[in-house]
Amino acid sequence: MAEQAPFLIADRLTRSYGATVALDHVDLAAAEGSVLAVLGPNGCGKTTTVRIFATLLRADSGRALVGGHDVVTGAAAVRAMIGLAGQYAAVDPFLTGRENLELVGELRHLPPGARRRHADVLLERLGLVDAAVRLARTYSGGMRRRLDLAAALIGRPPVLFLDEPTTGLDPRSRRELWDLIGEQAGAGTTVLLTTQYMEEADRLADQVTVLDRSRVIATGSPAELKAKVGGDHLELTVPDPQQRRAAQALLGTRAEPAGAAESQILRIALPAGGEVPIALLAELARCGVRVSDLQVHRPTLEDVFLHLTGQPVPAGPTSTRGRRP
Amino acid sequence: MSANLLPWVPAMAAVRDTVAISRRNLRRLGRAPNLLLLSLTTGVLFVLLFRYVFGGAIRTPGSSYADYLMPGAFILTVTASAVTTTGVGFAEDLASGAIDRFRSLPIARSAVLSARMLSDAVRLLLLIAAMTVVGFAVGFRVHTGIGPALAGLALTIAFGMAFSWAMLYLALAFRTAEATQAAGQTLMFLLTFLSSAFVPLATMPGWLQVIARANPVTYAVDALRALLVGGPTARPVQLAVAWTVGLVAVFAPLAVRRYRRG
Repeated sequence: MAEQAPFLIADRLTRSYGATVALDHVDLAAAEGSVLAVLGPNGCGKTTTVRIFATLLRADSGRALVGGHDVVTGAAAVRAMIGLAGQYAAVDPFLTGRENLELVGELRHLPPGARRRHADVLLERLGLVDAAVRLARTYSGGMRRRLDLAAALIGRPPVLFLDEPTTGLDPRSRRELWDLIGEQAGAGTTVLLTTQYMEEADRLADQVTVLDRSRVIATGSPAELKAKVGGDHLELTVPDPQQRRAAQALLGTRAEPAGAAESQILRIALPAGGEVPIALLAELARCGVRVSDLQVHRPTLEDVFLHLTGQPVPAGPTSTRGRRP
Repeated sequence: MSANLLPWVPAMAAVRDTVAISRRNLRRLGRAPNLLLLSLTTGVLFVLLFRYVFGGAIRTPGSSYADYLMPGAFILTVTASAVTTTGVGFAEDLASGAIDRFRSLPIARSAVLSARMLSDAVRLLLLIAAMTVVGFAVGFRVHTGIGPALAGLALTIAFGMAFSWAMLYLALAFRTAEATQAAGQTLMFLLTFLSSAFVPLATMPGWLQVIARANPVTYAVDALRALLVGGPTARPVQLAVAWTVGLVAVFAPLAVRRYRRG
């Protein structure tokens, strides 16, 4: 994967809505078969990015390429390769679940038999078999989102654009969608996913590009981003004060007490993304130090955002799909 | 990808995509008939109101008021339908993301708009059929013949479609069902009241006649009246066709451009 030219490329994409700059020279790259997460708070330009890639919106300047095709001059070729699902679940409320999927199959020009088969497989996989004959207007939010994702998967497009696929979903539905997205990526689909959830990017993405106020502020694998922040550590809880002193003597400068002086917790710094020093723990056990609790702390992408912008994830305006002047 | 057959001939592909989306649009007709019923109700209410409430006070030389009224009511109904089914229906599709989904699929670029027009033409036919029944019930009769009546039908549908293009443009400009409905309905009532739809122009003050004579609805109604009730047809039909073609020539390119811009 490392040697390939990127399959999705954004090259200095810029777009304004009137006086509001939505994207400011944004560069992105995703290798074929990888998952790229575009991470950022509301209003940072995530949806605009997806709309440009999905041929729905033109950039003012810069280029976007999907599988070598320019989204403007090669729009037809791009549309043949992509599936799009968004936070607004563009399913037709007056069609049944099955009709929604078969319509997309028809518009992807699948033969009637293949439309039905694709719909069957996806309804089954997404747990919508029982609801398949009901109008989508009767679906819950989570069901609509799953149907929307299924519609994006009809015809197995090699590229998926998912605009905040789990925003507003309950934790269970979110995990279900994560599994599904992971499956698609595992099967070789290239995925561009936008999210405001650090956990989601961490869980699904090979590469993460962090957007803040229409600009790219960081890019890298989740591990690389976290390495920038550092602060990985191991926390041992040693209740007995004597044992704690013994442990500290043994660990030397590697350990420091966490928090207050009488704290039972010892903190051991770890290299970013580094291994947990099991041998050291075994040594402690041999010396009779009883550890009642042990926790590995890795920086979250939340910490990354804080580190990069010097402020917590801002509470921006609610997302504005397809904003216009 | 293997199943993603390339369209054999672009024109055939466009027809196939248009038919697929039209079927989707028409399915809504049976499942959510409210928009269509709204246009029908508007038409029926106006027929009852003018036939029985105001009609007694309106003098229409040369024909009964029912005969005078119905051509106006037909045109009113098709403009109302352009506002609700075309304008509001398309604005709803824009807001729901349905149009985005269609535009992200490998379909003919013309298919979404032409499907909207095709399915709305089917709705217009249904509406006109229903209004014809209403007209006959309140005493309206065709005084000319089957040929002119069919020409009248064609003219009514063509005028409705022309107005639909204008409403499509409005929907693309406003993007919400509420705004499109408010603007479209205001426009529709202004155009139908300030026209020869319900009262002869001669009864209006001079300045209002000037406005009514600059109103396409007047020409559509006059032509339809000539085709259904009688009188010279050549000139009114020419004018109505000219207005219809003109409306399409202005609003279809505007709507298409706005749609493509995304």
